[in-house]
Amino acid sequence: MTNFTPTEMMTIAASRALTSKDVCFVGIGAPSAACNVARLTHAPDITLIYESGTIGTAPDVLPLSIGDGELCETAVTTVSVPEMFRYWLQGGRISIGFLGAAQIDKFGNINTTVIGDYDAPKVRLPGGGGAPEIATSCGEIYITLKQATRSMVEKIDFFTSFGHGDGGDHREKLGITTKGPTLLITDLAIWKPDPVTKEFTVISLHPGVTREMVQETCGWTVKFADNLEETPAPTELELTTLRDLQERTRRAHEGGKAA
Amino acid sequence: MFPGWSAMSKVMPLGQAVRENLKDGDAVAFEGFTHLIPHAAGHEVIRQGFKDLTLIRMTPDVIYDQMIGMGMAKKVIFSYAGNPGVGLLRRMRDAIENGYPRTIETVEHSHAAMANAYEAGAAGLPCAVFRGYKGADLPKVNPSIKSVTCPFTGEVLAAVPAHRPDVTFIHAQKANERGDVLIEGIVGVQKEAALAAKRVVVTVEEIVPDFEGLHPNLTVLPHWTVTAIAVVKGGAHPSYTHGYYDRDNAAYLEWDKVSADRELFAAWMKDNVLDATPEAFAERIKGL
Repeated sequence: MTNFTPTEMMTIAASRALTSKDVCFVGIGAPSAACNVARLTHAPDITLIYESGTIGTAPDVLPLSIGDGELCETAVTTVSVPEMFRYWLQGGRISIGFLGAAQIDKFGNINTTVIGDYDAPKVRLPGGGGAPEIATSCGEIYITLKQATRSMVEKIDFFTSFGHGDGGDHREKLGITTKGPTLLITDLAIWKPDPVTKEFTVISLHPGVTREMVQETCGWTVKFADNLEETPAPTELELTTLRDLQERTRRAHEGGKAA
Repeated sequence: MFPGWSAMSKVMPLGQAVRENLKDGDAVAFEGFTHLIPHAAGHEVIRQGFKDLTLIRMTPDVIYDQMIGMGMAKKVIFSYAGNPGVGLLRRMRDAIENGYPRTIETVEHSHAAMANAYEAGAAGLPCAVFRGYKGADLPKVNPSIKSVTCPFTGEVLAAVPAHRPDVTFIHAQKANERGDVLIEGIVGVQKEAALAAKRVVVTVEEIVPDFEGLHPNLTVLPHWTVTAIAVVKGGAHPSYTHGYYDRDNAAYLEWDKVSADRELFAAWMKDNVLDATPEAFAERIKGL
């Protein structure tokens, strides 16, 4: 069997969730890698949108920022930022929002704003950027992050982006008509929300991962599906595609000014 | 009544453009969404030592990290306080977490709110209305986020005040001799930020005689909407100018180290900003 890292498994499992029919609003970091692996393997016609206004982009290397020039050069079109948020996101034209998170709870609510109190924060994080509206305007939300007890917590310090709130029909009660978080992919497992409570439940463990490993790195008591599956290991093609992409990216970003 | 009606008089050195248009206590926007960030103008503002500025910008980025670290900001209105692709803004964090070198007031929004607020400013409206902030905590900590009910459907929508900066600074590829300004690539929110402002200062890579033969939609600002233009080759560095030079990713990574330490930051600012001139930017983009 081919060797692969948990992070590679996470990225590849996330890429498998995407199809050529999707119109996907891409966050930077792990979501960006997953979306581009999907585009380079089984989903060549996927439309990738970055919040810089680049629609239908096909970068050869992963962007360091959401506004790298290559995103624009390879895009079908590039629109202004107000147009991006008004016509395309708020207009309901984006099927999937793909987000990372600093802190997440069992209902897929995300914090990327502060650790501690907002007015006297222990750590001031960057904040929401586009995420508060991505979380409520995209058809559904996929989330990807590495498991750790400090990032998967019982109670997040700040609701940067609303997931399922307190669970159940909390979204509907607030007048939100989109599905919200429907998939959580970590370096250890694939999670889906319970159809009624909306609590994220482990449906598949990555190869070699135990229930204990998932629980030890999660701050809430984990629920596992009755028919727990094993995530298929990365194929040679998936792994090669991801590694080549990351190698091209590394070389391109080392660039900067010629020393 | 229009800013800078007389065309030829608006091309001037950057120092003069800043001196004539910005004053202490102003609300000022420097825009450019990763692309075309007006760093040369930011450095000139730092050299001239303004105080108590209200800084408006979607992603405060390195350009505001530098101003905040120099103690020039009393308030920052923003939606993403990160160093894009790298991490956190360490001078801004030091100001928020430790009040160093001074305390700053923060007014935090989402990107959608900021983009809508600029657009409302450009449209001459008092506020922006959009579908946003549902379930989010920002309205609890930012009293300027309110809601309105649609008189036709009853839907409750978010409302935020329009941005009306005293001055907006932007960087662009080129202007023609008349002072029309062209931008291409990732156009960001610059057109809205410029039209929302009382005064508009533009740095450009070059001035060409005219825009003949160029795509007819590339001109974003007719000359009579622009107050002052200064030619600064490389003026967006370490950001980039589409068609001229690439982003200096290494410089963004370096900033993470420079900004992590107060003394290192002060020394860097002295060498690269206080003791430098706008002409230094042309050197900085060599090899990019």
